[in-house]
Amino acid sequence: MSAVALTVNGKAVTGDVDPRTLLVQYLREHLRLTGTHVGCDTSQCGACVVHVDGKAVKACTVFVWQLEGANVTTIEGLAEPSGPLHPMQEAFREHHGLQCGYCTPGMIMTAVDMVNRKGNELDDPTIRHELEGNLCRCTGYHNIVKAIAAGAKAMGKGQSQPAS
Amino acid sequence: MSATGIGAAVRRKEDQRFVTGKGHYTDDVNRPGQCCAYFLRSPHARARIRAIDSGAAAKAPGVLAILTGAELAGDKVGNLICGWMIKSKDGSQMKMAPHPALAHGMANHVGDAVAVIVAETLAQAKDAAEKINVDYETLPAVTDPAKAQAEGAPQIHEVAARNTIYQWHLGDQKAAEGAFNAAHHVTRLDFINNRLAPNAIEPRAAIGEYDSGTDGLTLWNTTQNPHVARLVISAFVGIAPEHKLRVIAPDVGGGFGSKIFIYPEEVVCLWAARKIGRPVKWVSDRSEAFLTDAHGRDHVTHAEMAFDVEGRATGLRVKTIANLGAYMSTFSSSVPTYLYGTLLSGQYDIPAIYCEVDAVYTNTVPVDAYRGAGRPEATFVVERLMEVGAREMGVDPADLRKKNFIKKFPHQTPVIMNYDAGDYHASLKKALEIADYDGFGKRKRESARHDKLRGVGISTYIEACGIAPSQAVGSLGCGVGLWESAEVRVNPTGSVEVLTGCHQHGQGHETTFAQVVAERLGIAIDNVSIVHGDTDKVQFGMGTYGSRSGAVGISAIVKALDKIEAKAKKVAAHLLEAAEGDIVFQDGKFTVAGTDKSAAWGDVALNAYIAHKFVGAELEPGLKEGAFYDPVNFTFPAGCHICEVEVDPQTGESEIVAWTAVDDFGTVINPMIVEGQVHGGIAQGVGQALLEGVVYDKDGQLVTGSLMDYCMPRAHNLPTLKVDMTTTKSPSNPLGIKGCGEAGAIAAPVAVINAITNAIGTEDLAMPATAQAVWQALQKVNSRRQAA
Repeated sequence: MSAVALTVNGKAVTGDVDPRTLLVQYLREHLRLTGTHVGCDTSQCGACVVHVDGKAVKACTVFVWQLEGANVTTIEGLAEPSGPLHPMQEAFREHHGLQCGYCTPGMIMTAVDMVNRKGNELDDPTIRHELEGNLCRCTGYHNIVKAIAAGAKAMGKGQSQPAS
Repeated sequence: MSATGIGAAVRRKEDQRFVTGKGHYTDDVNRPGQCCAYFLRSPHARARIRAIDSGAAAKAPGVLAILTGAELAGDKVGNLICGWMIKSKDGSQMKMAPHPALAHGMANHVGDAVAVIVAETLAQAKDAAEKINVDYETLPAVTDPAKAQAEGAPQIHEVAARNTIYQWHLGDQKAAEGAFNAAHHVTRLDFINNRLAPNAIEPRAAIGEYDSGTDGLTLWNTTQNPHVARLVISAFVGIAPEHKLRVIAPDVGGGFGSKIFIYPEEVVCLWAARKIGRPVKWVSDRSEAFLTDAHGRDHVTHAEMAFDVEGRATGLRVKTIANLGAYMSTFSSSVPTYLYGTLLSGQYDIPAIYCEVDAVYTNTVPVDAYRGAGRPEATFVVERLMEVGAREMGVDPADLRKKNFIKKFPHQTPVIMNYDAGDYHASLKKALEIADYDGFGKRKRESARHDKLRGVGISTYIEACGIAPSQAVGSLGCGVGLWESAEVRVNPTGSVEVLTGCHQHGQGHETTFAQVVAERLGIAIDNVSIVHGDTDKVQFGMGTYGSRSGAVGISAIVKALDKIEAKAKKVAAHLLEAAEGDIVFQDGKFTVAGTDKSAAWGDVALNAYIAHKFVGAELEPGLKEGAFYDPVNFTFPAGCHICEVEVDPQTGESEIVAWTAVDDFGTVINPMIVEGQVHGGIAQGVGQALLEGVVYDKDGQLVTGSLMDYCMPRAHNLPTLKVDMTTTKSPSNPLGIKGCGEAGAIAAPVAVINAITNAIGTEDLAMPATAQAVWQALQKVNSRRQAA
């Protein structure tokens, strides 16, 4: 077993885990943060994207023991639980950027990371290129692209900044 | 139109939980004492299972049980079934082979479950699986449907000689022959409708739980139709009586058909839960999904269309071999027959049609309904023939379509369907305008200046939705009725719960269904909850597939609302001390006609329950009504999609540069959601046309067994989509709804192929039209040109 200690959504967490425990398994099975989803086994789908120390990471690609002392943000930690939605969450809702909702947490975490790296004015080709690590089977991406462009703008208007 | 009523783009009620990570999918459910199941699967396409040695595995840490097909048979667990009986042209019944939930004696495809390992953790179950020694005698396999019926081909099931499940036909062979004999021009095509893996992003999952105190079983399951799952698992598989089995389908992360069916894993989880006395959970991983989720399409087809001297289509003949895989999945038999042959008239007045379909077993994953289910295949046949016919005869493909359109409704086709309403000219005209069809030549010249080949492709599709009139499908072999149920429960405070037998897995029913109820009752949409996906809450229902939830599910709700209004008027009459016939209900208010006496919705709801103003013997207290709605006809959504591509002749890469969709879905409840359905359908159709294809090697190994190998459409593969609508209401249901869930996937593949073949100047191009396939097709054209 491996001892782990890290911060998840602003809270210190510790545990003793099987060394093969992936970050996504730790989040879902140990912390019961089930908003981070598993859609594949080859790191292709992006349903499990979270932020590790402010950067988008597929939570199926790292063992939790590798993250000693890291600061992890999941979809549950993006906005205050009782407060308003994060602007990117709000944009996905407003622009119908989701249908079944399964890829959505990963999409939103990827989108926030995209804005953090690329700024608030994102054009269509940039967004589509940046989404190459995320699969959606429902939306045809059309409204996801619209939502991310709008969410990026909204994030620039001094509304609540990304938590991570 | 109110801000939240029919026609309003209401933002979805369900999104709050999905954008915050609070969705509740099956894998998010964890039961006290739960243990994990892992399936050991056949690595061979066809093998005799001589022995299974699980002695060492049983002693591995954490292992609770290792169960095989022998124990399943010993416990008399029944086989999985296909619920639609198709008769061959000689009158004989289809040849349904036994499908045990765990292979017993023979494994018939790579991925066929051979044993289940139940352990404290998934890791322990997987570790133990490695210690199981299965003695397989590998046997020759067949995966290609075109070779399955050959003499000497491996015989997969005893019941099906030459692997043939049925030889079905539809239409008038002699009439078609007459049309071809008299034809001025005949267009002939051979093609394969490529096999697809559905790939809902949420993998399938199941939890079985047994309560010895009540002798009841509960199944949490990623299903599109929990009640049908309960019916099949109780009545056929025999795991538990129907009233002792509860099926819960919580949030489900996409289905596209693949989660309609009753699968071995859910049966095994229930069976194992009772045996072990603890909840048993199984979650598919993606590689397992490729090996077990029912695939789609996989047709080999020869088709020909006869035209007269005016260019009118006078006859259509189609011969298809449909691959149904190693076992017959739940609705597999209906897909290449009554969901395919019946749509071969397209939007056209074709007087003579004859269609033959042979369904075959192969050593592959079972094939069943996948978004569109039969209708994309039919549309591909008709729209390729129409397009190529136009090119061969030297007429504009849009003009040829116009000439052949059905113009009067109702229209009886020669292949069962009676189209009730439509205006095919209107959707084509609007699409041509939006796509600037007239300006294509200029754009083509512009592309040529950049050394690109530009092409345009049209698809004027039709589909049959609103599945389905029960008596009609019953006469065609369907084992169930395809009505829908609804129950409207008005609470004393006036808020409303609607129980529906439909199930949502992305469609937004919690919003659209609530819009209909809110408008009808004149109450706030937030005061309406839609309840679905639990057999203990909803009495019965047929689930969601075939674009049926609007046309059938909402119609059931409307019927129940009619009864609610009638009962509420009786209560209002007592409350207002007026005659029932004088009560008018409008905008949430009951008024005595010609007076200013009125009662609000909430007052009437409360009075229905407190029952102080009427005698219970004359009028029952309460306000709750149910309805079963059985459709009188299918509905016929139709429209026109136009795809424009640029092909790079150096690489064969095709880029979709423009997409226009003009669809006629009848009445639209929420245009935002409907457009979203169109977007998603187009993406799946583009995926089929350009990227996706399940590949088996000659030994039956699945080559495309992961998302590394099976190419799914990503954001950069798709353009911004122009989506518009025309409207003719369906006369066959109360609101005039037709259905929209599958249109994009039906229309899109052939639009893409028509566009690329237009660009590259050859019709010889198979799906998926990858860069390599297009480049090779271009090389053939070039070498032909050089030879000439």
